[in-house]
Amino acid sequence: MPTPTPCPKNRFMPDSIDPSFRNATIAVLVENEAGILARVVGLFSGRGYNIESLTVAPVDAERRLSRITIVTSGTDMVIEQIKAQLDRLVPVHKVADLTLEGPHLAREMMLIKVVGKGENRMEALRLADAFRARVVDATTESLVFEMTGAGDKLDAFIELMRPIGLAEVTRTGVVAIARGPRSLQS
Amino acid sequence: MSNTQTRNEARTLTGAEIVLQALKDNGVEVIFGYPGGAVLPLYDAIFHQNAIRHILVRHEQAAVHAAEGYARSTGKVGVVLVTSGPGATNAVTGLVDALMDSIPVICLTGQVPTHLIGNDAFQEADTTGITRPATKHNYLVKDITKLAGTVHEAFYVAKSGRPGPVVIDLPKDILIGKGPYTEAPKTEHRSYRPQTEPDPAQIKAAVALLKGAKRPILYAGGGVINAGPEASRLLTEFVRLTGMPCTNTLMGLGAFPASDPQFLGMLGMHGTYEANLAMHGCDVMLNIGARFDDRVTGRLNAFSPNSKKIHADIDPSSINKNVKVDVSIVGDAGAVLKALLECWQADPQPQDRNAMAEWWRQIDQWRAKQCLQYRQEGSIIKPQHAVKRLHEITRELGRDTFITTEVGQHQMWAAQYFGFEKPNRWMTSGGLGTMGYGLPAAMGVQIAHPDALVIDIAGEASILMNIQEMGTLAQYRLPVKIFILNNEYMGMVRQWQELLHGSRYSESYSAALPDFVKLAESFHARGIRVTRAEDLDAGIREMLAIPGPVIADIAVAKDENCFPMIPSGAAHNEMILGAGQSGGVAGVTDEGKVLV
Repeated sequence: MPTPTPCPKNRFMPDSIDPSFRNATIAVLVENEAGILARVVGLFSGRGYNIESLTVAPVDAERRLSRITIVTSGTDMVIEQIKAQLDRLVPVHKVADLTLEGPHLAREMMLIKVVGKGENRMEALRLADAFRARVVDATTESLVFEMTGAGDKLDAFIELMRPIGLAEVTRTGVVAIARGPRSLQS
Repeated sequence: MSNTQTRNEARTLTGAEIVLQALKDNGVEVIFGYPGGAVLPLYDAIFHQNAIRHILVRHEQAAVHAAEGYARSTGKVGVVLVTSGPGATNAVTGLVDALMDSIPVICLTGQVPTHLIGNDAFQEADTTGITRPATKHNYLVKDITKLAGTVHEAFYVAKSGRPGPVVIDLPKDILIGKGPYTEAPKTEHRSYRPQTEPDPAQIKAAVALLKGAKRPILYAGGGVINAGPEASRLLTEFVRLTGMPCTNTLMGLGAFPASDPQFLGMLGMHGTYEANLAMHGCDVMLNIGARFDDRVTGRLNAFSPNSKKIHADIDPSSINKNVKVDVSIVGDAGAVLKALLECWQADPQPQDRNAMAEWWRQIDQWRAKQCLQYRQEGSIIKPQHAVKRLHEITRELGRDTFITTEVGQHQMWAAQYFGFEKPNRWMTSGGLGTMGYGLPAAMGVQIAHPDALVIDIAGEASILMNIQEMGTLAQYRLPVKIFILNNEYMGMVRQWQELLHGSRYSESYSAALPDFVKLAESFHARGIRVTRAEDLDAGIREMLAIPGPVIADIAVAKDENCFPMIPSGAAHNEMILGAGQSGGVAGVTDEGKVLV
């Protein structure tokens, strides 16, 4: 899924290729209220920013907070803009560029369905074992694996399953958190 | 709304009463609106009180522009009330206009009752969905216990930080239902707390750069106006103390007195030669409350190539958006200027006086070009001359004068030739460029300043976009003067067609124009038409002497272009000074043609 994104042309400097183009994993702590996701997504589409993945869920019921993790890409200037634009949304509490601010953990979960019999089925189970994928559903002709890990590990597993009966994939998108004692919620 | 109960106990009111009480508690005196089914309960509550005055407009777009004019001329929040569906969608242009120009406006929209939302009910529109990118923030109130708090919060959001429009969508059952009235909370907002006080370290860095500058310039924008008249006073003090030249953006006109010798005029696409070349040639640029808009910078990779840039803005997202700067200061323009002044005075480092004198000599050479010069010859009125005479005659009169404009050539001529000495006297649609802005904005200004002279400098095409508001002028006896520079063209479109599209005037001729004199009369106003230069002064004086609303239809030269001009995609030092100089359009590249 994450294909390399070509560097878009700068609106004002049509010929410049900015070497600072990079990926960024951005964590946003927001009010858990109606319309907040639409505000964030609308900001990205309205201003022409990339979204490679976006996840959201409530993280603090008492304080009515949700956390959004966005994987995006752009030049340093664009990513600084994305952060500033997110931060000025009224229901946004905090914005952090985890990629920039230090080491962080990024994980995705995936459910992957493989359909097949015989040797293909055995091969799927062997590879799943090597990748520490769990079998969460099985029939005589199908398997569903649950797998958690960094995005490239999930990509690799999908590629291995493709020739032996890959039927369906669903992924959560990236959730991420900073290593060490730093906290967005404090 | 009973006053017998004490303020402390939570009163139970209808939703409509809660809204009005909350408006009153936030200092609202005027609402601009238009009724309809979904807001009938609010109109009923308005009927029962006298504290808030309602101004009935003729179109919802005009209600928002009127609120903008009110807000921009007073520094208060403008309030709009419209019904659901078409009422709300008609208001959208005004909302985006207020968003682009950072004008604090609250727009109350009616909505179908909560149980019908999503059912495609009569006059239902997804107002919060439609206005999400058109506002600074918006609310849909589905719980009456949160109604009062939402209105209070909306005022806080609209006017704090970088101001902007806020929509509150009010389902009819919420307006009819009963609930508690709560006062504005004393606590801080949970998530929205914009920084207003600048970081002293950044101020110090800015002063160090400015003190060492050999060719500094101050570029001030609408943020200074939004920060209140004190910010403009501080700006003037700072410019005079430092001896720097000062230029203003379109939105910033009036922040620094136009007659001051240190003022270089407006900068940008139709800015002065001296302002743009000073921007191009400076070594340190201080931007306060402006946003490096494409109309100001021209081609970005040629923008002020050899300068250190300092940018002070209350909105961090404006900093490093278009132009990478060396020192960034987040804060309110007034607070920033105060800190800069104090830091400058405390800093022992001397200025390079010789370099400054040399810089001013250079600027005076640019000024000697007299880029705004025009020749008024013969009977045909030059539009520049009409604006210049309007300015001179109103200045003689000495009345407090407020100018609004529509959008196009006349707007640029107004910006170039009408000198503004004070802030809040100039209302124009800068960011969005909304034709039809000027007349309703003038209504809002006149409501706020009943004794002032309010003039809408208009074009014959723009004025027709909200001409229905002549009815509002008549109803409220608002003595707005509409000064039309009538060249029978959408002049700016025609100018671009002439310069960029081989003089093919596709659809830019104002055909079948009304007789503006009769049009004025049919709306109970006075009409004047001036066609000859020798009658111009008398026409202006006649317009100004009439106590009621007037349309002055000034027939001006049809093919006059607005110069100086930086063609789109060109740099500041590639400007066209006048028709004589252009000889084809220097500097317009194919990339430039793509830009608007």
